[in-house]
Amino acid sequence: MTVEGWLLPDTEDPDAAEFWAACRERRLVVQGCADCGARRMPPRPMCPRCRSLAVRWDEVSGRGRIWSFCVPHPPLLPAYAAVAPYNAVIVELEDDPAIRLVGNLVTGPDGALNGVDPASIRIGEPVEVVFCRLTDDVTLPRWRRPAGGAGG
Amino acid sequence: MGRDPFQDRTAIVGIGQTPFGKGLADSELALACRAIAAALDDAGVRPNEVDGLVCFSMEDGREVEVARNLGLGDITFFTQVGYGGGAGCATVGHAALAVATGRCDVAVAWRARKRAARTSRPWSQVSERIRGHWQWSRPFGVLRPVDEIALLTRRYMHTYGATRDHLANVALAFRKHANRNPAATMHDRPLTREEYLAARWISEPLCLFDNCLETDGALAVVVTTAERAADLRHRPAYVHAYAQGLPRQHQVMTNYFCDDPLLGPSWVAGPKLWSRSEFRPADVPVAQLYDAFSPLIPLSLEGYGFCGRGEGAAFTEDGALEWPDGRLPTNTSGGGMSEAYVHGFNLVTEAVRQIRGTSTCQVPDAACCLVTSGEGVPTSALLLRR
Ligand SMILES: [Zn+2]
Repeated sequence: MTVEGWLLPDTEDPDAAEFWAACRERRLVVQGCADCGARRMPPRPMCPRCRSLAVRWDEVSGRGRIWSFCVPHPPLLPAYAAVAPYNAVIVELEDDPAIRLVGNLVTGPDGALNGVDPASIRIGEPVEVVFCRLTDDVTLPRWRRPAGGAGG
Repeated sequence: MGRDPFQDRTAIVGIGQTPFGKGLADSELALACRAIAAALDDAGVRPNEVDGLVCFSMEDGREVEVARNLGLGDITFFTQVGYGGGAGCATVGHAALAVATGRCDVAVAWRARKRAARTSRPWSQVSERIRGHWQWSRPFGVLRPVDEIALLTRRYMHTYGATRDHLANVALAFRKHANRNPAATMHDRPLTREEYLAARWISEPLCLFDNCLETDGALAVVVTTAERAADLRHRPAYVHAYAQGLPRQHQVMTNYFCDDPLLGPSWVAGPKLWSRSEFRPADVPVAQLYDAFSPLIPLSLEGYGFCGRGEGAAFTEDGALEWPDGRLPTNTSGGGMSEAYVHGFNLVTEAVRQIRGTSTCQVPDAACCLVTSGEGVPTSALLLRR
């Protein structure tokens, strides 16, 4: 998969580096407070519940449900226009529905952003994480429909 | 509860604007200077009387340059407000607070914007790597403001049964108003429901006509004390109430990571605004609601208390937003979707015209007019009265 012109995360961002490192190992993690246990995403330095700066990373199942989605059409940056219309989704995690992640619904780890018919996407449908390796340091979590339609 | 001490203490006494267009030759600074000069002329206030300046933090021509070009006097109060479209009412509100507390006597607030300017379209700049909160959306192709709002819109439609027909109600009402306003970009461009429904997608479920315009232009207002306002040439538009809102656990544009993403900033600014006001939503005869995208209107109608939660889309039915017969004529100059998109500052000047009685969609004897700024970013709102 070519990545020229794609917007990639800074995987050395001090708040997020552990998330991206876990993605490289094909593990989905969310940040939690090491003192009170409250989970928070996107990651940030301080726990808004207890003001602790001590963080931990909890591995989650990687199952979730589509909370919303959109289908961008041009005008877009050239790398995205080339695959438009594609989908972008927000997934709420099965383990912790208060945690939501933005991603894409694809057919598999190497699936194209436009590989799923947008008209078939439904809010509430179950999905599971797949890991798309784009560069040595960037592996993005994306989502696919569970095999056999079960798993939600 | 006692009367808010800032109620009606200050007024907007001058408004000015440039023509609106695409590819205007002037720089943003030159546009700002034209609009401010026009606002001072409109007010009948001399430039050397201005001692307060408030602008957007995104503004290209800052206070020093504006003051040097316009030949302003010694400036004793100046500040900037962030978050793009959320800032419009706040610049006026900060100016009003500064005047009311004696930090300055005559304050100017303005916005100048060129669509080609780097600062106007941050999403179009490819940077090497995405840092901060954008790294949780942009790498997945959520590139533009319209994509960010499309995600909230789809959820809103799913949750409350809103439809594209509701969004069309918004777009068509504002277009009708623009068709009466010679200054509006879309003055001579009618829009039908059929054209709306056939328009190309920008980010499903949002089509071309759910988006604001891309505009070059500038607008400015002059704020001074109620006492001084009484001696000036126009009917004052008193700053009756003002509020800002940055909800708990809010995130700019990508407000997906909190308990209830559809409770946007208007749910904070709205109740605070009414708590400082002698008016209630039912008393408001005309409104200017920030409309970078059509779905912000139902969200704002709910947050500012014109209807219950989830009822904003249904509120738009039966021509409710349309002048002259709707229950709440809204964006009576055409707004950001059909007059000009200058970060919502044209909504402020249109509210002043409603108070003066000079709108091209004038609500008779409008006692007050609500103005709101961006929903989806830390926001602000004003209630002007005659
Ligand atoms: Zn904690």
